[in-house]
Amino acid sequence: MVDARFFGDGLTYIHPSELKGKLIAIEGTDGVGRSTHIELLQEWLEVQGYGVITTGWTRSNLMSKTIEMAKAGNIVDRWSLSLLYATDFADRLEHQVIPALRSGFVVLADRYIYTAFARDFVRSADRAWIRDVFGFAPIPDLVCYLRIDVETLALRVIETTGMNYWESGMDLRLGSDLYDSFKKYQSLLIEEFDKMAIEFRFNVVDARKSPEEIQDELKGYILPVLQNHKPGISAGGGGA
Amino acid sequence: MSEPHSTTTAPHPYPGKLIIVEGIDGSGKSTQLQLLHKWLESKGYKVFFTEWNSSELVKETTKRGKKSKSLTPTTFSLLHATDFASRLYHHILPPLKAGMIVLADRYMYTAFARDVVRGVSAEWVRKLYAFAITPDMAFYFKVPIEVAISRLLRGTRGQFKYYEAGMDMNLSPDLTQSFQIFQSRILTEYDKIVDEFGLLTMDATQDIETQQELMRTLVSDTLRGYKPKRGIYGRRTLFWRRFDVHTSE
Repeated sequence: MVDARFFGDGLTYIHPSELKGKLIAIEGTDGVGRSTHIELLQEWLEVQGYGVITTGWTRSNLMSKTIEMAKAGNIVDRWSLSLLYATDFADRLEHQVIPALRSGFVVLADRYIYTAFARDFVRSADRAWIRDVFGFAPIPDLVCYLRIDVETLALRVIETTGMNYWESGMDLRLGSDLYDSFKKYQSLLIEEFDKMAIEFRFNVVDARKSPEEIQDELKGYILPVLQNHKPGISAGGGGA
Repeated sequence: MSEPHSTTTAPHPYPGKLIIVEGIDGSGKSTQLQLLHKWLESKGYKVFFTEWNSSELVKETTKRGKKSKSLTPTTFSLLHATDFASRLYHHILPPLKAGMIVLADRYMYTAFARDVVRGVSAEWVRKLYAFAITPDMAFYFKVPIEVAISRLLRGTRGQFKYYEAGMDMNLSPDLTQSFQIFQSRILTEYDKIVDEFGLLTMDATQDIETQQELMRTLVSDTLRGYKPKRGIYGRRTLFWRRFDVHTSE
């Protein structure tokens, strides 16, 4: 990330030029298979000698408990909800992502700020504020977007984890039951992701393909990003 | 749920009135607001009081972050914005919509001053609070740092709190000295904010009564034309009920 930049008003106390590693974000809506693919990518990169850390939405030490509490107590006004996610993101950014990038790691982010953009937009029809809030986020070196249609997604989620309150956007009361609400909410999210895919030039991967095909495509996007990035241990065995 | 407030300068559309006070610790702003509260109630107004950093959810989190010393200027700022957002939504907007007078001890300007001193971008923190509504009246209690320190040391609190003194910023190992440096920087930020947002500056070195008299005069002007909504079981009714105990029951 030699020419790393921030989306908006950045962290005044961090200099982006210090960030040597690569930041790769995997985006896509709930249940699309992001975490499975991130696991496979991590394995693949580590075998090649790259240092890898993964970071995921709401997984910060500071906020994961708070967000659970908030969701359980239904603190769902649009601003608090988005700000809770932003705090979680900032905590992970400053304690995990930036230190890792400084040390030259490849950071695989399971969701990035675009998820927050999509969710806030669906709740407010306003794009400006949430983008200002996340102004301190570094622009990733690569964004891969796992795209799926809502019909396939619905079937897949029912077969695996089942539909839950938040993934169905039940706080928005979009439909009379979980299934209707899920489809409407996820359609809105996908629609917004599709728009952002053009605006922010995501690399779109069809998530309906087989896992092997998806992995190959993802690797195809990631390799060029890493080419000018020297792994800690080169394939020939020489130290760095 | 929606109603996006894209600007922080447009007046709010609600029938109630929002009056806020700002100033550093020891400026006497809370005392003045309490006295104003008493006076407004005695006039028969329905008043709702709210203060900075009061929600349980955020208190818990801040405590956790302080314990592990993992709060950064950005997460500190975001946590307070979260708290403010939920307070705005749950405590400030409903009484304003109901036509009440809302008194807020500290408002977003506290974040604009404190968070910037801690190191976040001034533009960013202003954008963060773009959802906030503009108060009808905003008082800034201006006080020299020495006066604030002597008040706090003489007063009931006796000692400075760790974060109020900015001890996390390693300005000085001495609590009083750290407070002085940290709060002086905050005063500098407040001076900019007063001009930028047109806060009403009060000379907080004056007597309590003198300040309160001026505050009440200014508030009276703003409230001219405002129609208070009284509930049947409002405070005034309670007051009169004390005098006719025999007729009840």
